[in-house]
Amino acid sequence: MALIQEADYGTPRRISETLVTLEIDGKPVTVPAGTSVMRAAAEVGVNVPKLCASDNMEPFGSCRLCLVEVEGRRGTPASCTTPVDQGMKVRTQSPKLAKLRLGVMELYASDHPREMLHGSGNGQTEFQEMAAAVGLREVRYGYAGKNHLHSEKDESNPYFTFDPAMCIVCSRCVRACEEVQGTFALTIDGRGFASVVSAGDKPFIESECVSCGACVQACPTNSLVEKRYVAKEAPDRSVVTTCAYCGVGCSFKAELTNDEVVRMMPYKAGKANHGHSCVKGRFAWGYATHKDRITKPMIRAKFTDPWREVSWEEAIAHAASEFKRIQAKYGRDSIGGITSSRCTNEETYLVQKMIRAAFGNNNTDTCARVCHSPTGYGLKTTLGTSAGTQDFDSVEAADVIMIIGANPTDAHPVFASQMKRRLREGAHLIILDPRRIDLVKSPHVEADYHLPLLPGTNVAIINALAHVVVSEGLVNEEFVKERCDLVAFEQWRKFIAEERNSPEAMEHAIGVPAADLRGAARLYATGGNGAIYYGLGVTEHSQGSTMVMGMANLAMATGNMGRKGVGISPLRGQNNVQGSCDMGSFPHEFPGYRHVSDTAVREQFEKAWHVTLQSEPGLRIPNMIDAAVDGTFKGIYIQGEDIVQSDPNTQHISSGLAAMECVVVQDLFLNETASYAHVFLPGASFLEKDGTFTNAERRISRVRKAIEPMAGLADWEATVALSNALGYPMHYNHPSEIMDEIARLTPTFAGVSFDKIDELGSIQWPCNDKAPEGTPVMHIGGFVRGKGLFMITEFVPTDERTTGKFPLILTTGRILSQYNVGAQTRRTDNNVWHDMDVLEIHPSDAENRGIKEGDLVSLASRAGDITLPARISERMQPGVVYTTFHHAMTGANVVTTEFSDWATNCPEYKVTAVQVQLARHMSEWQEHYLETRKQTTRIEKESTAND
Amino acid sequence: MVHMANQIANFFASYPKEEAVAGVADHLQKFWEPRMRKQITEYVAHGGGGLHELAIEAVKRLH
Repeated sequence: MALIQEADYGTPRRISETLVTLEIDGKPVTVPAGTSVMRAAAEVGVNVPKLCASDNMEPFGSCRLCLVEVEGRRGTPASCTTPVDQGMKVRTQSPKLAKLRLGVMELYASDHPREMLHGSGNGQTEFQEMAAAVGLREVRYGYAGKNHLHSEKDESNPYFTFDPAMCIVCSRCVRACEEVQGTFALTIDGRGFASVVSAGDKPFIESECVSCGACVQACPTNSLVEKRYVAKEAPDRSVVTTCAYCGVGCSFKAELTNDEVVRMMPYKAGKANHGHSCVKGRFAWGYATHKDRITKPMIRAKFTDPWREVSWEEAIAHAASEFKRIQAKYGRDSIGGITSSRCTNEETYLVQKMIRAAFGNNNTDTCARVCHSPTGYGLKTTLGTSAGTQDFDSVEAADVIMIIGANPTDAHPVFASQMKRRLREGAHLIILDPRRIDLVKSPHVEADYHLPLLPGTNVAIINALAHVVVSEGLVNEEFVKERCDLVAFEQWRKFIAEERNSPEAMEHAIGVPAADLRGAARLYATGGNGAIYYGLGVTEHSQGSTMVMGMANLAMATGNMGRKGVGISPLRGQNNVQGSCDMGSFPHEFPGYRHVSDTAVREQFEKAWHVTLQSEPGLRIPNMIDAAVDGTFKGIYIQGEDIVQSDPNTQHISSGLAAMECVVVQDLFLNETASYAHVFLPGASFLEKDGTFTNAERRISRVRKAIEPMAGLADWEATVALSNALGYPMHYNHPSEIMDEIARLTPTFAGVSFDKIDELGSIQWPCNDKAPEGTPVMHIGGFVRGKGLFMITEFVPTDERTTGKFPLILTTGRILSQYNVGAQTRRTDNNVWHDMDVLEIHPSDAENRGIKEGDLVSLASRAGDITLPARISERMQPGVVYTTFHHAMTGANVVTTEFSDWATNCPEYKVTAVQVQLARHMSEWQEHYLETRKQTTRIEKESTAND
Repeated sequence: MVHMANQIANFFASYPKEEAVAGVADHLQKFWEPRMRKQITEYVAHGGGGLHELAIEAVKRLH
C-alpha cells in the first residue's frame, strides 16, 4: 500500500436537510447549508490555499491565504469562514488573488528560517506546499529587523519538539488542543508581533499537555514535530491498522520507511477515533521493537532453571508432550488455557477452540474475568446481549451523561475528547466516583453532580437513584409497558420503592447527601437523553454484576434505551476484551455467548470441528489457581496475559502457578507470569500480524500486518502448531479463513468477513441478514432477549470491612500514560510521566500518620504488604487511598484480596481494607520478588547451550 | 467455596423462596465446573456448616 495522504477539506462537514447549489471556478457543486466555500471547493477538487484551516476544527480565518472572489460581492473574503449561498459564483484563482496570496506568504516567510522555505529532508510541510502553490521563490525582506528566528526550542517532551522559530502563530495547535482534544493546555501569549504559542508559560513537559499529538498533527510548519519522525527518511507506504491499547480501538496509519515503522498517524476515516489519538497509540509503540523482546522459543525443566533457547519445533513438541503427559496422569480436566484481550479475535477464537477440541475440556478463560465479566452477565440477563448498547458517536446526542466508576480522560482518552466536546456544547454531567476525577472539573467542563460515594456502595447508590425515579413518578411508563417484562418490573418497583432504598435511608452508607442523590436522579430522568458510561469501578466489586443490572434497571425505567444518545456503555479496558468475550473465551459458553450445555449449539460446533465437546462449564481463572493449589490442575497455556501482575492476591496466583507441572506462556516479553513458566513462546505485536479487534462499541476493525513477525510466527500460527502437535489438526492459510469459520458458527457475526470489513472500514456486530452493515445502536424497537428484564438488586455490603487494624479502603486503577500491567508502556518514554506507582492519600489521613509528600509508606492488607511512595492528594476522600498496578516491582496486587463478584468471580479490586504507615525499606515480598525475578529470567543463549 | 455460594444465595434471597432456590441452583449448574459442584455437594452432605439455607437447598437439586 502506498503512502496514504488523506484529503483535508479545510472545514468540518455540516449536516443540514437544506442543500445549496453554487459554482466554484465554473464547477457546479451542491452541499448542505452551512458548509464553507472552502469545503465546497474541495469537494469538487478545487483546493484553495490555506494554512490556518483544517477540517477537524472550526474555521478561524486568520491566515488570509484562502481568499476568494464572489461574484456580486465586494472584497476578497476568506473561503474558510464564508458559508455557501444558493447561486453563489466563486472564483478561487485570479491575478488579484494570486498577488494577495503571494504577499501574505512572503510576509510569513520573512520571519521563517529561509532554509525551510522549500521542501527537504523528511517530506514537505504544508507551509512549504503553500509556498510552492502561491509561487513564492524569493523573499524580499532580510532578517535585519525583529524576528523570532533565535527563539529557544522546547525539547522537554520525549516525543515532540516545539521550535518557535518555525511557528507562524496560525493557532491550529491551540485550536486542536481545545477543539479536538479538549485539554486547553495551549494558548497564544502576547499580542501582535510578540504573539507566541505557549503551554502556559512553562515547558511542555510541565504543562497541562497530555501529549495526544493533536497539535503536532495540526502544525503546518513542523514547528511542532515528532522527534522520531524527523530522524528518519520520509515514509513510503502506510498500513491502516488498529491500536493495540485501550478499548476505544483507534484506527491508525502505520507509516513505514524501508519496512520500519517510523510514525503512527491517527486515521481520519477511523470510525472510533475520527482522526484523533492519545499519547499511547500515537507515540508509545516503541515497545514493539524494544530490546527486551523475546524472539526465540525457550524451555526449561523447572521454573527456577535458566531458560534454554530452542527451535519452534522443539518448543511446540515439548509443550504438547507435557500437556499430554499431564492429562494421561491427572485426567483430561487437569489442564486449561487463558486467551488474550491483547490478541486478535482470530487468535482468541483459535485458543479456545484448541482448549475445547484438543485439550477436550472447557477450561478456557480470559482476562475479562478480572475486568468486565460482570458486564457480560448483567447486560445479558437484563437486555439479552453481553455488550454495550451504543456506538461512541451516540454521545453526540446525549443530554445527560452519567459516568460511573470510570475515568475516561485517563483510560479511554480519545473517547473522553468526544465526550468533552458534547459537554462543552451543553450536555449535563453526573459523576459517581469516590475520587475527584479530572472530568469533575476541567477547562470548560464541570459536573452538575459529583457523587463521591464510598467504595463498595455502588448498588446502594443506584438503588437510591432508582428509588427517586419510582417514588417521584419519573418512570417512563409507556416505555416500560411496551418494552419490558411487566411482572418483573412490578416486582422490582415494589422492592425499589421501599423506604430503605431511599436516598435519606442510604445517605449515611453511601457517604453522599440525600439531596444530591435526588437532584442527580431527577436530572438523569428528566434531562432529555440520558446516557450511562461506566468502567471497572462498577464491575470490580463483590456486587459487580448486581450493579450492572441496577444500571440497566435505571435506564429501562426512564426509557433511556434503544436510540441514539442514551443506553449503557461499558468502557472496556483492553483493545480486544469485547472480542475475546465474543469469541467464546469463557468456560461456560461458545462463541456468540451460547452456553455449552445447549445441545443444538454444541452439536453445531462438534460437526464443524469434528470432535465431541463437553457440555459442562470449565474452570474460571481463579478456579484454575485454586485447583492448582489443591493439586488437581497441573498445566496451562497462557497467551498474552500476565496473571501474576494483574490478578488479585499475587502470592496466591504465584503459588498456583508454582504448583503446576507445565506452564506455557506466549508473550512479547518475559512477563511476571513467565517467571513461573516452563515453556516460553515468543508473541507477535499488533504490527506483525493480520486479524481483527473488537472495541467497546462492538466495532470489528482490521489489524493489518505492517512488518514481519520478529519471532517468525504470528500468534495464531503458534496456536495452530501447538494444536497440530497435540493431535488436533488445524488448517488455516490466513486469519481471514478463521474469521470465515467464526462467521459460519456465530449468528451475530454471520455477515462479517475481512472483505466486508475492508469495504465498510469497520463493522459493529450484530452483522447478519437483518443488519448487513452492522448495528451501531442496539435494542431499537425491542430488546434482544424480547422484553427487558428488571432484576431485584438488593444492596449487600462487601465482606471486606475496615477494622481497627486495617482502617482505610484501598481502591486501584489506571493512569493515562501507562497501560494495564505496563509491559508495553514501561518500555517506552511514557515512563517520563509515571516511572513508579504511588499511593494517593488524603491530606488528613497523611497528617494523622505523619506522612509527607514522597515519603515511603507501607501499604498492608490481610493479603500482604508492599512499600511505595506517598502522594498527598485532595482527589481522595478521607479514609480512601488509591494506587495503580502498572509496575511489577510495586506489586499492588500483593495487597488486593480474593473476594470477588458473586456471579462472575471478577475480583473486588476496588475495595481492600488496608493500613498505611511510614516505612523505611521495601517489603519482604518486594525483596523476595527481586531475587526471584533475577533467578527466573536467566537465559542460556543458544550458542552457550550448544557448547 | 462456601463464601461464593453464600454470595450467590444472597443475590437471589430477594426473590420468593422457590424462585430463589431455583435461581441459585441454575447459577451453580451453569457456571460452576463439575469438580466444584462435587465439592460443595459433598460439603452439604457433611452438614453444610456456614452455608446459606438457599444454597443448601439449591445444592441438593444439583445433578
